[in-house]
Amino acid sequence: MAKRIDVNDLNVYYSKFRAVEGVSINIEPKSVTAFIGPSGCGKSTFLRTLNRMHEVIPGGRVEGEVLLDGDDLYGPGVDPVTVRSQIGMVFQRPNPFPTMSIKDNVLAGVKLNGKKISKSDADALVEKSLRGANLWNEVKDRLDKPGSGLSGGQQQRLCIARTIAVKPDVILMDEPCSALDPISTLAIEDLINELKNDYTVVIVTHNMQQAARVSDKTAFFNIAGTGKPGRLIEYNDTAAIFSNPEQKATEDYVSGRFG
Amino acid sequence: MTTNALTSKSSTSGRAGDKIFSGAALGAGVLILITLFAVAVFLLIQALPTFLADPADISGGAGFFSYIAPIIVGTVVAAAIALLIATPVGLGVALFISHLAPRRIAGPLGYVIDLLAAIPSVIYGAWGYMVLAPALVPGYDWLATNLGFIPIFEGPASQTGKTMLTAGIVLAVMVLPIITSLSREIFLQTPKLHEEAALALGATRWEMITTAVLPFARPGIISATMLGLGRALGETMAVALVLSTGNLIPSLIKSGNQTIAAEIALNFPEAFGLRLAELIAAGLVLFLITLVVNMIARAIIARHKEFSGAN
Repeated sequence: MAKRIDVNDLNVYYSKFRAVEGVSINIEPKSVTAFIGPSGCGKSTFLRTLNRMHEVIPGGRVEGEVLLDGDDLYGPGVDPVTVRSQIGMVFQRPNPFPTMSIKDNVLAGVKLNGKKISKSDADALVEKSLRGANLWNEVKDRLDKPGSGLSGGQQQRLCIARTIAVKPDVILMDEPCSALDPISTLAIEDLINELKNDYTVVIVTHNMQQAARVSDKTAFFNIAGTGKPGRLIEYNDTAAIFSNPEQKATEDYVSGRFG
Repeated sequence: MTTNALTSKSSTSGRAGDKIFSGAALGAGVLILITLFAVAVFLLIQALPTFLADPADISGGAGFFSYIAPIIVGTVVAAAIALLIATPVGLGVALFISHLAPRRIAGPLGYVIDLLAAIPSVIYGAWGYMVLAPALVPGYDWLATNLGFIPIFEGPASQTGKTMLTAGIVLAVMVLPIITSLSREIFLQTPKLHEEAALALGATRWEMITTAVLPFARPGIISATMLGLGRALGETMAVALVLSTGNLIPSLIKSGNQTIAAEIALNFPEAFGLRLAELIAAGLVLFLITLVVNMIARAIIARHKEFSGAN
């Protein structure tokens, strides 16, 4: 559990278009790393390469390597399905399965690949995962009701519960709070703080205060212009990025001068 | 005395479009109901003599029920065979087009499937009669020899191939494009978000389809199947051409059996008086069967409303 990620000189392409260029980054286990940068700078694209979700989009491919505790995600014979079961992802908009109950949503990932789980184990796992996502007390009396009946913030925590139920090593979050109100956002941020005790967390956010609040390290991405690939500009301790950045572009961005 | 500044002075001019639109929509809705009602009334009135007549005067000489019961069974069996074949194949093709095939194959394939729906049923009938039926004879012989102990495959098999099973297969081919194109449209509407949710949990492509696509498409699949069933139940020409009719028998590979729609089509031109009323009564029964089937489908869809994702 909680593995480290090392990325070496990664280029991401959509067909001919290079979306991200030459990113190298080392992400420590049991830490929260935030990716910030203006829209279209490739931070979400880069995040998706960390569990091979970018391949879902036709033409998506990478050059370079992404190592999970030394094992290359893009090595020959590596199945993206295995990668994704070890590196979970939470999306921008809450996406519980609308046809499933809250309980079935939590168990959705566990029951994949033909795995069987006994009823008592399933109940225990549902409770553990929902507690882990700070949702148990709110939903324990309506586990058989549809997940789509919850509020946006609750749905997002349900998605996190669903992700941690499969016991991943890493949790990727792609702007998990951008569709939520401030109270729900706070609940998710508290949760991220707890999650880093057990998992490696990587979060993309547009909200710089959020990056400052939740992350240990921050990576700033930027593009030189439209149609140019996104690049990693600066990667450092969050405190350093926000108070004493080395690059002019980072300083301009975090001080709100552009982006 | 102050006047309300919000009262509009020329309230009619801007509202004319609204009024025309709502009037047209209402008119269209009412027209459907009137048509349906008129058909039902026509069937009831025209069929009435059948129910008033002396049972001995009805075809078969034993009353309307014993006349209609065998062909109701025949109708349902033919439609059931068609759906049993067409639903899995149709859903498979739709999934292939929407989620598995490369784009340059998916487009043309979808187009070809839609074309299948445009072929007139008499063509299907002719094809079933001249090509499919003879081609199936060896298969029926095999079934009669090896599985003949099952009543539905009891021999000796028809040597023309003009059997209930052939009719069911022809109907399946006719129903296939309806089920395929409707379910393909529904599959394509599956939110990307849900598909990605499944994939991000470590689902294979097939698991993504079973966790995200099929549950989302469930009501649509049921509707598509019902529309297909409607066509299978009411299809006349193909069955009339393909099936060598006769009394109700359990075997699907011998000549025999009849469906309501084909019974009406084959006998209508020479029917008059009570015989005509009988055939219209048969039509009324078909109408009721379709109605009941659709209501069952509605009930199935409504039962899962809470989990439809519409809330």
